[in-house]
Amino acid sequence: MKTNPEQKLNPKLWEVSIEQAPTRQGFGEGLLIAGEEDKNVVALCADLKDSTKNDLFAVKFPERFFEMGIAEQNMAGVASGLAAMGKIPFISSYAIFSPGRNWEHIRTTICYGNRNVKIAGHHAGVSVGPDGGSHQALEDIALMRVLPNMIVVVPCDAVEAMKATLAMAKIEGPAYLRFSREKTPLMTTDDTPFEIGKANLLIDAEKSQVGIVACGAILYEALRAAKKLADEHIFVSVLNMHTVKPIDKKSLLHLAKKTGALVTVEEHQQAGGLGSAVAECLATEYPIPMEFIGVDNRFGQSGESAELIEYYGLGADTIVEKVKLVLARKNKLSQTEHNNK
Amino acid sequence: MFLDDSKAKYLEETANSIRKSVIEMLVEARSGHTAGPLGMADVFTALYFHLLNHDPKKPDWENRDRLILSNGHICPVLYATMAHAGYFPVSELKTLRKYGSRLQGHPHREFLPMLETSSGPLGEGLSQTVGMCLADRLDRGVTSSRYFYCLMSDGEWQEGSSWEAAMLAAKEGFHNLIVIIDRNNIQIDGYTEDVIPLESFRAKLEAFNWHVIEIDGHSFEEIAEAVGQAKAVFGRPTAIIAHTIPGKGVPQFERQFQWHGKPPSKEEGKEALKELRTLGGRIKHED
Repeated sequence: MKTNPEQKLNPKLWEVSIEQAPTRQGFGEGLLIAGEEDKNVVALCADLKDSTKNDLFAVKFPERFFEMGIAEQNMAGVASGLAAMGKIPFISSYAIFSPGRNWEHIRTTICYGNRNVKIAGHHAGVSVGPDGGSHQALEDIALMRVLPNMIVVVPCDAVEAMKATLAMAKIEGPAYLRFSREKTPLMTTDDTPFEIGKANLLIDAEKSQVGIVACGAILYEALRAAKKLADEHIFVSVLNMHTVKPIDKKSLLHLAKKTGALVTVEEHQQAGGLGSAVAECLATEYPIPMEFIGVDNRFGQSGESAELIEYYGLGADTIVEKVKLVLARKNKLSQTEHNNK
Repeated sequence: MFLDDSKAKYLEETANSIRKSVIEMLVEARSGHTAGPLGMADVFTALYFHLLNHDPKKPDWENRDRLILSNGHICPVLYATMAHAGYFPVSELKTLRKYGSRLQGHPHREFLPMLETSSGPLGEGLSQTVGMCLADRLDRGVTSSRYFYCLMSDGEWQEGSSWEAAMLAAKEGFHNLIVIIDRNNIQIDGYTEDVIPLESFRAKLEAFNWHVIEIDGHSFEEIAEAVGQAKAVFGRPTAIIAHTIPGKGVPQFERQFQWHGKPPSKEEGKEALKELRTLGGRIKHED
């Protein structure tokens, strides 16, 4: 299976021995470097220092690390105040609590006033696993995407997570970064290009019949699906839409026009997330058949990460099915158009 | 924060002018809050005309004290005081709540960048002020002489996030954080003690390890003295509970929660202005 050489993906991409790390690890390392590069970078955490990987920063820069206790609403406002005085605060908790619990505080004190605060939502998605549905944020992309001034980035692996964290420290304005708990494959490398708002075309099949648009670690399932489909002589292109907002319209439309059918893939409710963002864009610009991979109006539950990905229909096999479905719809549509002529 | 008689008289007259502006703005806007702005006119006057280290000609001056209005709905008094202090023309006050105005119904920095924060939703101002204090300490250490004033309503202490912020402020022990609480006992649905009792308010704040001062919020001497005391207290944030009369200065509005969120009509405004011109009948006015 050939990947786009310009993307310089991990050579071990298709091997069982591919290196793995949680995206939150990339955040922690990125935050540490951001702190070294700019003394205005500060970190706040709501009693989850280690699991949100704030520990690296906290050890190196104890005077710039602020423990907020279990008080996410206050944390958002405090970050706004720090930003008002020229600091660059990164606030961390589980995504369920921040931006879940403190959504209106983020809206008013961060977005409404356009404050330079970076929100890191951790342990997102069903892949959190055994903790169960109460702790598996599946709504956070939607919550952040609707806010004016907010940028939303969902890194696909630890390498991209580090780049995204560093990039966020350098741009002005509110931003949301989404991370997951479990170790996931390192698909990209240090040499893979990364720019906020610019999607990466990872597989650019010559005779693509369907495009897959994905964000987050679940992107690996999309790549696996592409490989399975290629074995059946169905060719797809895969776009890593790490920046959900502002969405990369140019890349998206290019893919839509090339393939004529899309499947979106995300570890989030189908409502309001990446799929919705893609659909909003295509509905006005270039409507084509679309299918959505995401949790369908349900909460998560306890289990191992892989079991839950499978159960909620987010894995490679379901993606394969949806690709075939959307391809059939596309073919039927062109047949109808052909007959009408 | 010494206050001589002539300064006190000057502040009283200024507060009266600000109250008149508040009435005029609200009549013109035909919506907005009346009781809170009138009740807090003395505190705002004392701050902007006596206590704050600020420069209306340089609103982004680094060394300025910060005044953060948490209960944004009383912004008519913030706008009127700022205008009278020279931040922008008094004539602009009549644009309150109108399309295209810098004076939004609740304060918004995007429209009026000289504001320290955007506000309106309650229970968020103290968190932001605490964040500013953290940044100030990073930059200037524990001896910083920049003061951070957070003006809050009593009702917004029903918001849990106010107490979250209070816990953090006490943990950090900011000497330069001064919260002034408008204890006017009213909120939209009635008297605070009927809606959700705040008492024993002082004991609650003290239990959170704050230094607490209770004052008559209409006495310039007491306001100035309390701020002086707050500055003298080492290693603890101070909460000044300012007991105020909602609607103060216009007897027909005073103490009634019904005047929390509505403006005077043209006729009511005229009557109110008459009361203010005569300082409640204490002086004879010319016209």
